Amino acid sequence: MKQKTYKKHFILLSVLLIVLFFLNISLGSVSIPFKEIFHTLIGDTSIKDSWQTIVLDFRVPKAITAIIVGSGLSICGLLMQTLFRNPLAGPFVLGISSGASLGVALLILGSSIFGGFFLTSSISNWSLAIAASLGAFLVLFAVIMAANSIRNTMSILIIGLMFGSLTAAVIAVLVYFSEATQIQQYLFWSFGSLGNLSWSELSVFGSIYLVGVLACLSIIKPLNSFLLGENYAKSLGINIKKSRTIILVVTSLLSGVITAFSGPIAFIGLAVPHIAKMLFTTSNHKILIPASAIIGGIVLLICDSIAQLPTSEFTLPINAITSLFGAPIVIWLLLRKKKIVV
Amino acid sequence: MKTDENNILTIENLTIGYEQKKQQKIIAKGINFAIKKGTLNAVVGKNGIGKSTLLRTLSKVQKPLAGAIFINKKNSKAYLHQELAKTISLVLTEQLPESQLTVFEVIALGRQPYTNWIDSLTKKDLKKIHWAIEQTNLEALQNNRCSELSDGQMQRVLIARALSQDTEIIILDEPTAHLDMHQTIAIFELLKKLTSSTNKTIIISTHEINLATKMCDELIVLSENKIYTGTTAELIQQNAFENLFTSKIVKFDRALQQFVINSQSF
Repeated sequence: MKQKTYKKHFILLSVLLIVLFFLNISLGSVSIPFKEIFHTLIGDTSIKDSWQTIVLDFRVPKAITAIIVGSGLSICGLLMQTLFRNPLAGPFVLGISSGASLGVALLILGSSIFGGFFLTSSISNWSLAIAASLGAFLVLFAVIMAANSIRNTMSILIIGLMFGSLTAAVIAVLVYFSEATQIQQYLFWSFGSLGNLSWSELSVFGSIYLVGVLACLSIIKPLNSFLLGENYAKSLGINIKKSRTIILVVTSLLSGVITAFSGPIAFIGLAVPHIAKMLFTTSNHKILIPASAIIGGIVLLICDSIAQLPTSEFTLPINAITSLFGAPIVIWLLLRKKKIVV
Repeated sequence: MKTDENNILTIENLTIGYEQKKQQKIIAKGINFAIKKGTLNAVVGKNGIGKSTLLRTLSKVQKPLAGAIFINKKNSKAYLHQELAKTISLVLTEQLPESQLTVFEVIALGRQPYTNWIDSLTKKDLKKIHWAIEQTNLEALQNNRCSELSDGQMQRVLIARALSQDTEIIILDEPTAHLDMHQTIAIFELLKKLTSSTNKTIIISTHEINLATKMCDELIVLSENKIYTGTTAELIQQNAFENLFTSKIVKFDRALQQFVINSQSF
């Protein structure tokens, strides 16, 4: 591809990401002076203990989670938009988030209906994450099995959507038979949350994310050839089936794990790749993958900062913020540019 | 079957068609012909006779139901993906999916069989790309987006992409569909020029049968009962064109050596 230099774009965006990271850490229900935060970060132990705990064990993990979630979902969205050549595709088109939701719904709501094995007095982060992962991977397995016997990529998209409807229906039935407290607990999960992750959870989360991103870099070439359509890609020596499977596995892994740890975060995966394509005006994945990742991190950091800004006592559900502020931005971008492309 | 050293492509007893639920839908069978290196060849025949299927089978987009295809004396079954991509390049009838790709980028994608895992272009790659752009007169358009091009310009971009892929054989499925008369002739001239100046072997399918009889070195005529191959003169001798269209609206005029509208049928 022609080496049009996007260095300036990348430097600006990276600086913005770092600034937002620190801004995000300095905001919260307890106001801590910026200077003290900085000292805490560089390892100064003379700062008040409670402040240290707040910054190091709550705010920093949360900000890192925001970056991982935002960039991971954006990359997934980009991969799906390229694979399905459909600008409406996002990380959840394969029914991954529905699968994860089903897993969590069974854990939370099922406990009141079935009792016995599911009956747990307190549901921990880990059990939520495991239930969500199991649900996501079950759907993933079904979709990949289906994909192996299907040539047409569009059919995979429809199968993913069908799995989505199917799990939504099961969840609706579960909700109908559940008690109010359980329904509330499930709803809270479905609002999405970036906090509540301990360092040990974050390290597991982060390493799976890294594996996913590295795998993404290995498929830049097939992704670019897919821009010409599957037949041309094949004529260029690309193994379509193999590349398609890698794309599906990477997307499912990333979006499955993200949903498991932070709930189904709407909108980011669909919108950020479009923002990246408009800012960088290219279709080359060598540029678009890092661009989507950085912009995804930026967007989610902004959304998270907004979520905790208005009142110092409460934080708004992140899922509402992403759509509330994101959707108008995308509409505005579209009206300005008048065209959207894959 | 002649065994000519000059043949780049040899087809033996080929059966083409589709396999659906273990049932074979045969489109044509017993196809035998050979294609010489550095020639322009056209596959002609009426709609639905199997031109595209034949080309798709030759380029291994779809599997033959029986028979064999030899490329440079080697069975095409034995070719690996990558190896085939360095031997045959394609120009298909399907439109490119919408994207922000520029002309240069589309042509550069032709270098994929040669580039490393992250798709970086070496000096040699760039040289080939610029050569392909030059051959197709696309210098002025190379930084335009493909979505801004006319059908004729787009066709030249796709041909340039195939050229940059640097293959001995280029297969084009109806490269002049949707084009006006001037553009159609321009594309034929470009292909003709490429075979003589670069010694590439080009196979096209086309409905521009009169143009094909004049400009192509050899034709492959697909008709209901038989498949004829040869130069235009040879084909006329074999009465290959008489059976091409069964209707009386169009007929082959031996004196003019081209197809004409049968005015008596109106």
